[in-house]
Amino acid sequence: MQFHKYDVLIVGAGGAGMRAAIASATESGAASPRTAVLTKLYPTRSHTGAAQGGMCAALANVEEDNWEWHTFDTVKGGDYLTDQDAAEVMAKEAIDAVLDLEKMGLPFNRTDEGRIDQRRFGGHTRDHGKAAVRRACYAADRTGHMILQTLYQTCVKHGIEFFNEFYVLDVVLTETENGPVASGAIAYELATGEIHIFQAKSIVFATGGFGKVFKTTSNAHTLTGDGMGIYFRKGLPLEDMEFYQFHPTGLAGLGILLTEGARGEGAILRNESGERFMERYAPTIKDLAPRDIVARSMVLEVLEGRGAGPEKDYVFLDCTHLGEEVLETKLPDITEFARTYLGIDPVYEPVPVYPTAHYAMGGIPTNVDGEALRDNDTVLPGLYAAGEVACVSVHGSNRLGTNSLLDINVFGRRAGMAAARYAARSEHVELPDDAAETVEGMVQHLRTATGGERVADIRTELQQTMDSNAAVYRTEDTLKQALSDVHALKERYGRVAVHDKGKRFNTDLLEAIELGFLLDLAEALVTTALARKESRGGHAREDYPDRDDVNFMRHSMCYKLLPEQKEENAPLGLTGFTSDIRLDYKPVVFTRYEPMERKY
Amino acid sequence: MASPTPTDTAAHDTSQIPAPEGSITVTVRVLRFNPEFDDEPHWESYDVPALPTDRVLNLLINIKSYVDGTLSFRRSCAHGICGSDAMQINGVNRLACKVLIKDLLAKGNKRTTISVAPIKGLPQMKDLYVDMEPFFEAFKAVKPYLIAYGNEPTHERIQSQADRERFDDTTKCILCACCTTSCPVFWSDGSYFGPAAIVNAHRFIFDSRDEGSEERLDILNDTEGVWRCRTTFNCTDACPRGIQVTKAIQEVKQALLFKRV
Repeated sequence: MQFHKYDVLIVGAGGAGMRAAIASATESGAASPRTAVLTKLYPTRSHTGAAQGGMCAALANVEEDNWEWHTFDTVKGGDYLTDQDAAEVMAKEAIDAVLDLEKMGLPFNRTDEGRIDQRRFGGHTRDHGKAAVRRACYAADRTGHMILQTLYQTCVKHGIEFFNEFYVLDVVLTETENGPVASGAIAYELATGEIHIFQAKSIVFATGGFGKVFKTTSNAHTLTGDGMGIYFRKGLPLEDMEFYQFHPTGLAGLGILLTEGARGEGAILRNESGERFMERYAPTIKDLAPRDIVARSMVLEVLEGRGAGPEKDYVFLDCTHLGEEVLETKLPDITEFARTYLGIDPVYEPVPVYPTAHYAMGGIPTNVDGEALRDNDTVLPGLYAAGEVACVSVHGSNRLGTNSLLDINVFGRRAGMAAARYAARSEHVELPDDAAETVEGMVQHLRTATGGERVADIRTELQQTMDSNAAVYRTEDTLKQALSDVHALKERYGRVAVHDKGKRFNTDLLEAIELGFLLDLAEALVTTALARKESRGGHAREDYPDRDDVNFMRHSMCYKLLPEQKEENAPLGLTGFTSDIRLDYKPVVFTRYEPMERKY
Repeated sequence: MASPTPTDTAAHDTSQIPAPEGSITVTVRVLRFNPEFDDEPHWESYDVPALPTDRVLNLLINIKSYVDGTLSFRRSCAHGICGSDAMQINGVNRLACKVLIKDLLAKGNKRTTISVAPIKGLPQMKDLYVDMEPFFEAFKAVKPYLIAYGNEPTHERIQSQADRERFDDTTKCILCACCTTSCPVFWSDGSYFGPAAIVNAHRFIFDSRDEGSEERLDILNDTEGVWRCRTTFNCTDACPRGIQVTKAIQEVKQALLFKRV
C-alpha cells in the first residue's frame, strides 16, 4: 500500500476535472496548492471528447443575444425544475468560459470577421422562445474533442500532475465534532493491482455519468457512475436520479451519437412516409425543440406505427439537402460514423436514428461553488463535485444541448477554485485507521471468490431491463418490473466471481466493481422514478402524462439506508445489496421565472 | 522487439458466447502475454460468433466476458473518438472499434481469421496493453500548447477562416498512437519523437495565434526530430482520423528549411 499527500485531489480527467485542476493550480489566488489528478483512463480518453455540437454562450457574435435569454431557455428547457440562481450563474459565466478556452488555444470555427462562429441548437432561443438563436460556439462537430485536447494541453503547459489508470473506489470521511469531513480517497492502480491512499485537504469528484446502466447508449464502456456510487454508499444523497436524458439521434440499434448540431445546421427528422413530424409536436422551433420533447415524439411515431425500416422501429435524420460541403466541413465526424457503422452516406441517404441513453441530469447535490451537500443544504467540508457526476441543479429535469460542455467549464472552474481556497485555509484531516479497509475487502474478495455468477450476464440483464422498463416512457408496471429485476440482480451479484485473479492490468476485477456501482445507481433511478407520479422533462410517465407542480415541483433526494453493521454476505459493496432507499425532497430555487406550460 | 514464434494453443471453448441470428464464425488469434505467468508472448485462438456489422472490439469483449476474463485490452468510447483501442489487426494499426468484420471478410467468405497484436515499439505490459508513457513523453516534449506573449485580448483573438483552416487537419489527432507505432524509424529507435508528436507540434506551429514556433522548430530540428522521417507513409495509412500525417511532417520540414511558417 502506498501513501500520498496533496492539497487538492481531483478525481477524473474529463472536461470538469481538468478545468478544476487548471483553476486550482493557476487561478485560485491560493499559494500554489499541490494538485493531483487521478483518472481511470488517460486524460485524452475521457468521454468529454465524444461531445460534438457546441458550447452555448451569449456572445452575440452573429446575431442579437444575451445571457438572460440563455438563462430563461435553460430554466424552461429543464421544465422549471432548474435552480434558477444556478442557471443564471452558468449563463452569465458562459461568455468568459468560452473566451478562456479560446485564449488557451481552442480552435473554434470562425465567422467572416474572424470571430468565434455560432450555430443553432435545440431549445436555445431568441427573446424567450420567439425563434431559434445562434448561440452554440463550435469546432466542426468535434467541440468536445477540442475542449478535452485544449484542457489537457493547458495542463501539460502548467505541469499538472496526473496519476493515469488509477481507479478511485472510495472516498475517506473522517468524523469530527461538526460531522463528517472529507480527508482522502482510495485508489486501485491498474498496472500493479496496488492500493493507494491519497490524503488531501479537498477532493473534487469529476467522474462523469453512468450511461452503462442502459444497453443502447452514447456513453463509453467506462461510464459506470463510480463517483456517484461511492457517494451513495456512504449514505449521502443523490439528487434527481429519475431524470435521465435520451438523446434523440443515436444511430439506430447502436446508440452512437449524431449531434443535434446537424439539426442546428438544418437537418430534419422524418418518419416512414417522409413527414417532418416535429411540426406537429413543436410548431415554432420544430426539429430544434429540446431533447426530451424530440425523443418522446420519435418514440410516439414508432409506437403509432409510423416508424421506418423492416421492424418499423426507427425514424430518419435527413441531411441530404445540406449538401456535401456542409457535411464535410461542419459535420465531418457524424458523416463518417454513419458511413462506417451503418454503411449509409448522409450526403445521399437519410440516416436511421432512435433515442439513445445519453446524460444524467441528477447526481451528487452541490451548491454553485461545487461544494457537495450531505442533505438539502449542509456542506460536506472538503468534498466537491462538478460535471455530469454533480447536480447543481442547472439542468433541472432536462438538459439543453451544449449546456454540458458549458457546465463542465463553469462549474469545473468554480469547484477547482473553491477547493484550492478551502485547502489554503485548512489543515489536513487525520485519516481513520481503517481508511482503505473497504477497498481492500472488495479487491481481496474478488481475488478469491468462487461463486457461479458472471459479470457479463448480470450487466447484460441489467441493461436489458433498464432499456425495456425505465427508458423514454415509463409506467408504474414497467418501473416495478425494473426494480424487482435490479433486486434479483443485486442478490446474484453477491455471488459474482471473476476469472482473472492476477495483479497486472486486471480489468476483469474492475469491471466487477463497476457493475456494483451500476446496480446501485439503477436502483436509485428506478426508485425515484416510481415515486415521481408526473411527467416532467426527461421523466415521462404514461400513467401520469401531465406535469404536477402542486405535488412534484421539487427535487428528489435519494439516500441509501445503511445497515447497522456490515452484512456478512455483502463483501463487494460498502453496505450490502438489499439496503432500503429513503426518499426526501428539496425545494426548487426560483428567482425570475414563474413556471409556465412548456410549448415550443 | 523480436517476432514471437507463432505457437497457437489448443482451441478454447467458446460455446458460452451468445450467437445472434445470422452470425458467422470468426477465428480470432490474439498475441497474448502476461509477464506474471508467461516467459514470452504466444498466440491463442478463439472461434467467435460474429455479425458482419460487429466491430473487432465486440469480439474481444465477448472473449473476455465469456471465455477468458484475463484477456486484457484498453477500450472506452467504442466509436473511434477516444483512441484507447489501437492495436495491430491483421498486421496493420487500427482502432478495434472502427474495424467491422464485414470489412475483413473476403467476398462470399463465411469464415475468416483475424490476428490481433499489440501496437509495436512500446513495451507489451499484458496482452494488448502497452506502456503509453514514452508516447506521451514525446508528445509533451514538443510543447503541445498555445504559446502567446503580451497582454491577453479582452475578447477572443481574431483569426481568419483561412488561418483557421491552415491547421484544421492536425487538430483531429486523438493521440491513439496508431501512427507512431506504425513507423519503422520509431520501431528501430524509440527515442525518435514519432509522427504523433510532430502532428501536435504542427497543430500549433501553423496556428496564427501561436508565437512559439521557433522554440518548437528548434526542438524538432534535433537529431531525434523531423529529419528522421523517411516518408514511408505508414503513419498516414494508419491514422484512424484520416489526418495527412506525412504531409504534416513534410510541412514542418519545409518550415525548418525556409525558416518560415
